[in-house]
Amino acid sequence: MTDDIMEGGGKIKKFLYVNRRAPYGTIYALESLEVVLIAAAFEQDVSLAFIDDGVYEIVKGQDTKGTEMKNFSPTYRALEGYDVEKLYVEKESMEARGLTEKDFLVPVQVLTAGEMADLMESQDVVLSF
Amino acid sequence: MSMLHTVNKSPLERNAFDSCLAHTKKGSAILLIEDGVYAAAKGTAASRKLEAAMKEVSVYALQPDVDTRGMQGRLVDGVKLVDYGGFVDLVTQHQGVQSWL
Repeated sequence: MTDDIMEGGGKIKKFLYVNRRAPYGTIYALESLEVVLIAAAFEQDVSLAFIDDGVYEIVKGQDTKGTEMKNFSPTYRALEGYDVEKLYVEKESMEARGLTEKDFLVPVQVLTAGEMADLMESQDVVLSF
Repeated sequence: MSMLHTVNKSPLERNAFDSCLAHTKKGSAILLIEDGVYAAAKGTAASRKLEAAMKEVSVYALQPDVDTRGMQGRLVDGVKLVDYGGFVDLVTQHQGVQSWL
């Protein structure tokens, strides 16, 4: 547990949001993003992990004109403004999809599955999407 | 006349794509839609299977779904892109449609 104290006296907890779904096919990715923004508004210590098909959420060049769906990918770039800057991508998941760090629309830190497990263990709360 | 098979799930999350390939006869067509378009992305285990299958079947991907996911320019060579009108044409050109959900 962290010992950081918020201005109002509340305790700041470490929240990790684990994203494992591709965007658009299901509502998970968009819902995760909504909840991340809520946690950020409560001044918590927020990290995002992109694992498995979750790495597709932050692929560059998403253009939803043809499907008339909501393109929520620019929101990942706006997270910085909410002090959400810890974005982690799992190396194995990225490579299995033929992707590299250059394919993402935000700066990320690439971690191996083992390192990702350590990150998960270091959190107060892990939320899965 | 032959069958048109559609796949709408990611090949790395579900086995709809693998099952489709196992049940597709020579001369049939496969149309990748929604998350199924990830099966046509270069450099994955699924794309290698797709490339092998393309010797015997025609493979199409729905362009609006490809663009939505940012997969434009990342697809295996030889995958033909169609729009919604093209989807309808494929349906009318085949004996039936089998959906792999």
